[in-house]
Amino acid sequence: MNDNNNGYWKANLRLLGILLSIWFTVSFGFGILLVEELNQIPFFGFKLGFWWAQQGAIYVFVALIFVYIHLMQKLDRQYGVSDDEDESSNPEDV
Amino acid sequence: MDAQSLTYVFVALSFSLYIGIAIWSRAGSTNEFYVAGGGVHPIANGMATAADWMSAASFISMAGIIAFMGYDGAVYLMGWTGGYVILALLLAPYLRKFGQFTVPDFIGTRYYSTTARVVAVVCLILISFTYVAGQMRGVGIVFSQFLNIPIFWGVIVGMAIVFMYAVLGGMKGITYTQVAQYCVLIFAYLVPAIFISMLVTGIPVPQIGLGAEVADGSGLSVLDKLDQTLTELGFAAYTQGGKSTIDVFAITMALMIGTAGLPHVIVRFFTVPKVSDARKSAGYALIFIALLYTTAPAVGAFARLNFVETIHNTQYTDVAGWFKSWENIGLIGWEDKNEDGRIQYHPGAPFEGKPTFGPDRRADGSRDVLNTPTTSDNEVYVDRDIMVLANPEIAALPDWVIALVAAGSLAAALSTAAGLLLVISTSVSHDLMKKTFAKGLTDRQELFYARLAAVTAIGIAGYLGIDPPGFVAQVVAFAFGLAAASLFPAILLGIFDKRMNREGAIVGMLAGLIFSLTYIAYFKFVSPETNSAEYWLLGISPEGIGSLGAVINFVLALVISRCTAPAPDHVMALVDNIRIPKGVSEPQNH
Repeated sequence: MNDNNNGYWKANLRLLGILLSIWFTVSFGFGILLVEELNQIPFFGFKLGFWWAQQGAIYVFVALIFVYIHLMQKLDRQYGVSDDEDESSNPEDV
Repeated sequence: MDAQSLTYVFVALSFSLYIGIAIWSRAGSTNEFYVAGGGVHPIANGMATAADWMSAASFISMAGIIAFMGYDGAVYLMGWTGGYVILALLLAPYLRKFGQFTVPDFIGTRYYSTTARVVAVVCLILISFTYVAGQMRGVGIVFSQFLNIPIFWGVIVGMAIVFMYAVLGGMKGITYTQVAQYCVLIFAYLVPAIFISMLVTGIPVPQIGLGAEVADGSGLSVLDKLDQTLTELGFAAYTQGGKSTIDVFAITMALMIGTAGLPHVIVRFFTVPKVSDARKSAGYALIFIALLYTTAPAVGAFARLNFVETIHNTQYTDVAGWFKSWENIGLIGWEDKNEDGRIQYHPGAPFEGKPTFGPDRRADGSRDVLNTPTTSDNEVYVDRDIMVLANPEIAALPDWVIALVAAGSLAAALSTAAGLLLVISTSVSHDLMKKTFAKGLTDRQELFYARLAAVTAIGIAGYLGIDPPGFVAQVVAFAFGLAAASLFPAILLGIFDKRMNREGAIVGMLAGLIFSLTYIAYFKFVSPETNSAEYWLLGISPEGIGSLGAVINFVLALVISRCTAPAPDHVMALVDNIRIPKGVSEPQNH
């Protein structure tokens, strides 16, 4: 792998690390491990822990994927590895 | 028109739509048969993935399971959605860049080994068949309950429909039918949910209604009222779980990574034109899925509340009609233990096993349950699966809503069955025949074998649906554990660990698969009486054991790969290549 692609891969892994920590925190963290503690807090008619487990985590999952799509597109262009030919053939992007 | 005629009309209309689409989108080449020519728009693919994914279990059973499990139902809600985050971030884009037809294709090529490919095919077939048998059964049940057709003929009709579009249309036919099926099933799910939310809380959005106040002047929120009502009857509070934290954790993890490792879901990402489209597809798919999955907990809670309030301490002669109609089908059973003529609903089984009924009615018209009563105060047996199906009746919704729900459940079951049958037939014709045992096949011959395999698979699935060996229903839930323990780690390591080699992957897959299968078989068939927390390994139930299987798979694969020769250079180059989106090509029949 050349330096450019190496840099791309490292940036990708960093992004994955951040997004997956959020994924873990909202589901396994808020929804399961901390559910008792969070249930002490009322939240729009729900107990907060219960809300995370049956509603909130799912909304965050959807948001995470779209944040990922957006940031990866930026990353693809920044390193000139986008699969969209018009953009990746533009030398200024590299 | 009555509910049954309306149901016939709705089902007939939706079926002609599916068949019409199948004829319009017939597949002409293996490329079209396997991956729809690789040219499906991400939004269409997202809908198709959602329909593919949401099976009879999601549509019919899930809300009912949540209604009776309360908080613990979250394992399904988070498990079956969180997997898409893993899929979108860790698998889909790279597998699309890899650009072949099947999951065994990836494993066989990445691990430069026919053995690895065959192991992957075995995992895939085991996973898919356990799953598809449950779908055909679901089709049969809907037919028999809503249309009064025997289960046998219900399954035959279902097989014929799937045959039409899976065998003729292949992936292309399936994709566009699934788009239509998604629209039918989500509409059929949301309409009654909105009606019921309006009825209970006055708020038309079920997701908000779940947290709102009950519109009965009590000033309590839905969940507080449920907690209160249930604890008064002796149940655990709705918002508290009954499972241990470690078990909830393990089951959720097994369902999440199992979702990401299910071959019929993964293969959907081979159908889009570009790597970036694979990412977008996963995002759209999860939106479409989340629409149902955030509604389900509301449906579950409303249904439980309605159920308790309608039946508890009600004179049998005054109880609502739906109670009696489901009693007639045998999915509700009532034993008046204290002989006060009223129905009492409490925790515990009312009598041993599923109800069997005597030929005569009791004086008040109720059916005579023959089972031995238990000592608990509970007098009511209720099958969890009826919650979604009975909901429109419980809420006294118009007949067309009931017909809609029937058409929706069929859409959910058929779309999943078709997707599963396709990956089974593809892996037989492509991975076993073309890539392993009959290498000289032409494209045309391969397509013939794919169709032949699809026909055979439909036949077997239909047989399992009509005459399920006792274990099918139990085993369906374990398909996830098997996928989590076998395929998921091999695929993930194949992308993210360059040093991973043939030896590590094969041993890992086999160890994960055999460990999980043995554990499940032990507690389900060998020694079912010990299937409780005190005997479980680390307190993890058979449902959650796939996550431990995955850990074993990962550890063994990593250790063994470090002690054996690294992958050859061309495989290292392949890994470098799939990590970069640029230069994506159409899926090739190499």
